[in-house]
Amino acid sequence: MHGSRILDEADRLMTVCNSCRYCEGLCAVFPAMEMRRAFSDGDLNYLANLCHACGACYVDCQFSPPHEFNVNVPKTLAVARAESYAIYAWPQALSGAFAHNGLVISIVAALSVAAFVFGFAALNDRSVLFGVHAGAGAFYKLMPHNAMAALFSAAFLYAIVALVMSVRTFWRDIATPVGGRADGGSIFQAIRDAGELRYLHGGGVGCYNEDDKPTDRRKLFHHLTFYGFLLCFAATSVATLYHYLLGREAPYPWWDLPVVLGTFGGFGLIVGPIGLFVAKLRRDPALLDENRYGMDVGFIAMLFLTGLTGMLLLILRETAAMGPLLALHLGAVFALFITMPYGKFVHGIYRFVALVRYAQERRTAV
Amino acid sequence: MGSKYDVLVIGGGNAALCAAISARRGGASVLVLEGAPKFYRGGNTRHTRNMRCAHDAATEILTGPYTEEEFWEDLLRVTGGQTDEVLARHMIRESKDILNWIVEQGVRWQPSLGGTLSLGRTNSFFLGGGRAMLNALYLTAERLGVEGQYDAEVNDLVLEAGLFLAARLKRPIHGETEIRETSLVAAAGGFEANSDWLKQYWGEAADNFLIRGTPYNRGSILKMLLAKGVQEVGDPTQCHAVAIDARAPKFDGGIITRHDSVVFGIVVNKHAQRFYDEGEDIWPKRYAIWGRLVAAQPGQIAYIIFDSTVVTSFMPTLFPPIAGQTIAELAGKLELDPAVLEKTISEFNAAVRPGTFDHTILDDCRTEGITPAKTHWARKIETPPYLAYPVRPGITFTYLGTRVTKEARMLMADGKPSANMFAAGEIMAGNVLGKGYAAGIGMTIGSVFGRIAGREAARHAKN
Repeated sequence: MHGSRILDEADRLMTVCNSCRYCEGLCAVFPAMEMRRAFSDGDLNYLANLCHACGACYVDCQFSPPHEFNVNVPKTLAVARAESYAIYAWPQALSGAFAHNGLVISIVAALSVAAFVFGFAALNDRSVLFGVHAGAGAFYKLMPHNAMAALFSAAFLYAIVALVMSVRTFWRDIATPVGGRADGGSIFQAIRDAGELRYLHGGGVGCYNEDDKPTDRRKLFHHLTFYGFLLCFAATSVATLYHYLLGREAPYPWWDLPVVLGTFGGFGLIVGPIGLFVAKLRRDPALLDENRYGMDVGFIAMLFLTGLTGMLLLILRETAAMGPLLALHLGAVFALFITMPYGKFVHGIYRFVALVRYAQERRTAV
Repeated sequence: MGSKYDVLVIGGGNAALCAAISARRGGASVLVLEGAPKFYRGGNTRHTRNMRCAHDAATEILTGPYTEEEFWEDLLRVTGGQTDEVLARHMIRESKDILNWIVEQGVRWQPSLGGTLSLGRTNSFFLGGGRAMLNALYLTAERLGVEGQYDAEVNDLVLEAGLFLAARLKRPIHGETEIRETSLVAAAGGFEANSDWLKQYWGEAADNFLIRGTPYNRGSILKMLLAKGVQEVGDPTQCHAVAIDARAPKFDGGIITRHDSVVFGIVVNKHAQRFYDEGEDIWPKRYAIWGRLVAAQPGQIAYIIFDSTVVTSFMPTLFPPIAGQTIAELAGKLELDPAVLEKTISEFNAAVRPGTFDHTILDDCRTEGITPAKTHWARKIETPPYLAYPVRPGITFTYLGTRVTKEARMLMADGKPSANMFAAGEIMAGNVLGKGYAAGIGMTIGSVFGRIAGREAARHAKN
């Protein structure tokens, strides 16, 4: 018996799958499973996070429903994966945030935006909030740069601390021997596997979504989202360096590096989440963990909102809409940061750590 | 519809789909009638995992060459000569090109699965298994414009002087109850799931057989064809059976209910007596004989008994072994006579001679002075907990079929070839596989003759 019903079910399935093994060429989950004959809670949480939810093993399985063996690996591991986020969350007192995640994210986002709007309005008079500002330092008429940097650094730092603590617990649970260290080669391998979404490919033909015809759409939209996010992050980082090292203040001209990075990134963050959302709506419900719909959509929505408000801010920054848009954008980004450790964002972190573990296992097994 | 289709394919597995695709690529319009619902489509194909094809050199997924001659020798050995050499050699020659052709139909290969290294040179494994292979063929057929229908049972076939005239449907399709004026490819499998038919040869014992595939392999098309003058081939009384877990469902337990732990222990019947040399031969031959051996035992049940020292020597099993701290406790759980089981095991242990255990070769661990002997891999059963798997015969496929020519054309009882009837797959496997089995050969028969049957049926329709 395991710590939860879903882990009991995951254990049952891994026992079925381990006596079959037809799927071992599809992804990393099944070769990892084959290295074991019995499964601890940590093993199952590791396998659950190693699964990229491509759906191929469901479509290929001779025992998937309506067969009486009722083998549905993608859905079972999706539920186990989502439950594992709460299990490893730091601090544990906030693990409940995963239970009604869509609601939590929405409330935090609304409060953040409201705080920035009221903050701008309270600190400045209406003419500033709705005024037209142009030239270097225009944004900081609404909020001083140092205040902005301090606030976001604090939020970002908190997210990092919470994530590191969570991942530490996860790693301890899945590493053998307990507390073992990750080596550079395995980390490099995991960066490559995650970077190209190696296992989101249905064994080579694409993912299974609404039916049994595989496509690579989800991979494409995930790439747009992920690399869009990274570009936006790079844009902010470059801008921060500009500010402190070169003394150049935002907004920057359209051809300057932060804006170019942000524009490409923003495009990815708008198109990617839309694509992922549509794919989720159309996906075969048999493959989905419908109880986590709010968490998944909440995260997609936050990324989309960040991208959209950022792009609007770029386009309309010399108009009277700049003030409210800046509040909206900063609110979205702030909410994204502080909810990071308690929402779908963590899937990337845990999956990456699982990939590190997998790369390490492969090296030791050879 | 009536005359709308050039080729009618009855069946929905590997052979049927290869026939449909090949006929369609040959320019014919094709209708596929699968008697099972969509999920269970494809008969035994959904449980397969590899195909045996000849090849002259190692490939990305095959570790070395497997020549036509070696394939032929393997076939000769497993069938004990019960094969049609002309047909078999033709199939083996054609199998070389199937390795590529099947990939062109969307099927993907992978190296041999974990736990099947002995097949790495001879057999090509389907990435994702047999159902993945089948899914790929269906997608290709659909893309090419092959029409298909599930739950499409055929009630009757109308034949006249070796000519196929019509198939009568249980449920109308597009308002039609008959498909007429078309060539026929029969690829509807054997009768392993038809327990009334099995009982004709096995009596009430057949009630205790488990069927490894779907309940839809009832052999109704085979029965109609043989009753209407098609020449039969293969021993009707024979079927391929392996020992599978007695706790498996009656139908469709597939690969995961098998047991390959016989060599690591002993096998007793319901009277707690051993009945056959558990160490006779290495995998896969040993794997294939135990179904028939168990079928011959009272109640068609047996128990593989081993101890805790060997549990990691074979692949993990779906059903956990039944365990007891003592032989008597284990016997109680298995409902065997404890005194007899204790005696059987102590006699066996006393007969075990020292040797060097190696399960990959015919090693020198054997018994002396008991009957039956265990001639290899004999080691004492003495470390609790004592463990057991109950096993029953699991029927994989039957050998009875329709006789065909090299063009996959059915031969009539009078020896004349049919003008427009072809057969492929398990329904004609008995032509080349009169008895025995070699891993993956069923799929070779299906793909090779399916491709040929489709091509010839399309050619007939065009003339």
